[in-house]
Amino acid sequence: MGTFVDALQFIVDNPGLLWDKTVETLLLSGAALGVAMALAIPLGVWLGHIHGGSFIAINASNVGRALPSLALISIGLALLGVGFLNVMVALVILAAPVMLTNAYVAVEQVDPDAVRAARAMGMRPTQVLWRVELPLALPLMFAGIRTAAVYVVATTPLAALAGGEGLGDIIVNQSTYGIEGVVGASIVIAALAFATDGVFSLIQRLVTPRGLRRRGKERIVEPSVEPVGAG
Amino acid sequence: MIGVLAQQPVIPKFERASECIRENHTFCAAWFKDNFDRVFEPRIVEHIELTLMAVGIGFVLSFGAALLAYNRGWFERSFAFFAAFLYTVPSIAFFQLMVPITGLTRTSAEIALVSYTLLILFRNTLTGLQEVPEDARMAARAMGLTPRQTLWRVELPLALPAIMAGIRIATVMTISLATVAAFIGVGGLGQPIFNAIQSGFKTQFVAAGVLAVLLALIADVLLVLLQRFIAPWTRARRA
Repeated sequence: MGTFVDALQFIVDNPGLLWDKTVETLLLSGAALGVAMALAIPLGVWLGHIHGGSFIAINASNVGRALPSLALISIGLALLGVGFLNVMVALVILAAPVMLTNAYVAVEQVDPDAVRAARAMGMRPTQVLWRVELPLALPLMFAGIRTAAVYVVATTPLAALAGGEGLGDIIVNQSTYGIEGVVGASIVIAALAFATDGVFSLIQRLVTPRGLRRRGKERIVEPSVEPVGAG
Repeated sequence: MIGVLAQQPVIPKFERASECIRENHTFCAAWFKDNFDRVFEPRIVEHIELTLMAVGIGFVLSFGAALLAYNRGWFERSFAFFAAFLYTVPSIAFFQLMVPITGLTRTSAEIALVSYTLLILFRNTLTGLQEVPEDARMAARAMGLTPRQTLWRVELPLALPAIMAGIRIATVMTISLATVAAFIGVGGLGQPIFNAIQSGFKTQFVAAGVLAVLLALIADVLLVLLQRFIAPWTRARRA
């Protein structure tokens, strides 16, 4: 308990340091998320649209989840050396698969009736994609981005081992900052992860088309046996 | 950095070493072959031990908690909150936090590792139970099964795929986190990684990293196969 109080004291005493490190953490996470999104979302949406590549798209998140983050950073240390690039690559590899899978599943499982109706109304494939499939897919797609975002923020402390910046710097340097620094920075990281989750869940709600919001309840009735993390 | 013990002479003797090692190439296959059983094999065994123990204990705790929460609603929220709280602690900090309490021991590592498994195992077990179709439950009652029989013969078998999915996620996650546990010197495949961070020896980075990745992927595949073996009906249903 004493450690916890000391940690709060550390936070109060070092607002400047923690702020700088927080900004670094957010920049690093944001950059990694941006790159991962640019790579994974278009691919996932396209595969979902053409209903192809299901094996790769669905198993991507399983493989991505299995990859030990420290192992990736370790391999990166040999190939890319210490620094921002190594950490970025590792975080992108961790974040992209779950985005890919969710984007794929989101588009793939759009109600075929809706797609057929759109086609019957004379929409071209691109129009079907932009006006029907994507809006209906957005909530699930954002669920993937949200998961990845929290994961990336929570993994950044490890990145400090490979010369990444941010709050991890404090967490891995107990000899410099003391245990109160470690706990203090951890509290900030946890708060950041919560905040990230909150912000993305808000976005997720905002991008959910109104029609889906009302239907939400009745869709749950369908029993799915593999609910959590079944990919 | 605490706990990074120089357990092994990670820096090879340069004067007698091959060119590959002297120039610190990305991967020296010969060195890896010669040193596998000394540097890596014991670490793999430790890694598997750390993982099995954490998932085993975590499963027993979560399973009990899920059964309790299934019958008493209030417990669901409090345990989920507790598990979610533990889950948010950054791993590398969690291990350090345990050191003043339980020392640089495997117990410290296990407490942290078990804590991380709780959320996923609890949630998946409980969701699996809650999603058992009401029809199945009513049919069981109509057939005269007691609540306990219903649980063991109807509800748990139907929840099995979700439970297995949870075990699978928890296992690969623990394998990943167990590499970090080496930060407090408890062995596992993280140990050669942390040693390499000190020495800069690239072959060791690559070898330990790849071995950890392989371990996780193999565990994942084995658990999928186990899932199919234990609950073959899930595949038939989806097809």
